[in-house]
Amino acid sequence: MEGNLNVIGYGLAAIGPAIAVGLIFAAYINGTARQPESRGMLQPIAILGFALAEALALFGLVLAFIL
Amino acid sequence: MSPHVLAAGEGFVPPSVGDFWQPLIGDGALAVTRSMFLIVISVVLIYGFLALVTKNMSVVPGKLQYAGEGVYGFVRNSIAIDVLGKKEFLPFLPLLLTQFTLILLNNWFGVIPFIQFPTFSRIGFAIAVTLITYVVYHAVGIRRKGVAGYFKGLMPPGIPGWIAPFVYLLELMTFFITRPLTLGMRLFANMFAGHMLLLVFILGGEYMLLHGSNLFIQASSVGAFAMGLVMTFFEILVQFLQAYVFVLLTALYIAGSLADEH
Repeated sequence: MEGNLNVIGYGLAAIGPAIAVGLIFAAYINGTARQPESRGMLQPIAILGFALAEALALFGLVLAFIL
Repeated sequence: MSPHVLAAGEGFVPPSVGDFWQPLIGDGALAVTRSMFLIVISVVLIYGFLALVTKNMSVVPGKLQYAGEGVYGFVRNSIAIDVLGKKEFLPFLPLLLTQFTLILLNNWFGVIPFIQFPTFSRIGFAIAVTLITYVVYHAVGIRRKGVAGYFKGLMPPGIPGWIAPFVYLLELMTFFITRPLTLGMRLFANMFAGHMLLLVFILGGEYMLLHGSNLFIQASSVGAFAMGLVMTFFEILVQFLQAYVFVLLTALYIAGSLADEH
């Protein structure tokens, strides 16, 4: 079996951020469902949280290529 | 051009980190690469666009002025005023607008036909933009509070006695190491990964179509190209988001440095 151990590492590293992004947007949907007027106020916070969590998954991908 | 297109009958060569090194003039340390050209072109384009928008401004805007006002209003209202407050946002608005338009246009170069190379997938450019943010948010804090006051202000209030040194050490590490690293890496990694993804689908589809050994493989290359198309649209969104998040975080760090409490 051939392949690269890096990619297994990336696969394991992507579990955490995937759950995190799901939780962030679950909170955003919940907040909008409880009070639809707050959609515009919650959106920047949701986008910011998404980018912060996604950054870690992308570090894993880049390091899988480079190392 | 690309080594992938020329290697026929040697098996598929997957895209790698070397695909991002594209020297156009010369080679080695003093080469002029494609990304250097792209960033210069982007600066000229942004300046031209903004100069054209502000040339004959009228109270009832035409289409070009409307577009320009849209970009400016977005950065001013959604980012600068929301984060920095109405009283303190004005000195920082040129920085935020410059960073936003520069990162946005250079990111979108990754999907514009005939260009198709996001400048920030080369880490040097991400380092440069992050350095500016880094220097600004420290300098602003030190100018407002003095050097001693700035370092004293890094301590969050209400921490019980024995754990305070560790919290302070963590805060120091966050301010000086983690923040610039993650800010630059986020932009670079998003652009690198996006470009790599597009390369895999499109080069793979091209290999399957032209060098596939039987008709089934050649027919399945449609799937690869379709995924390439879907990923292109996804990349447009991601590139806009990354520019937005970078400028939002810059504004947040500056606001944190200016804050009186904490």
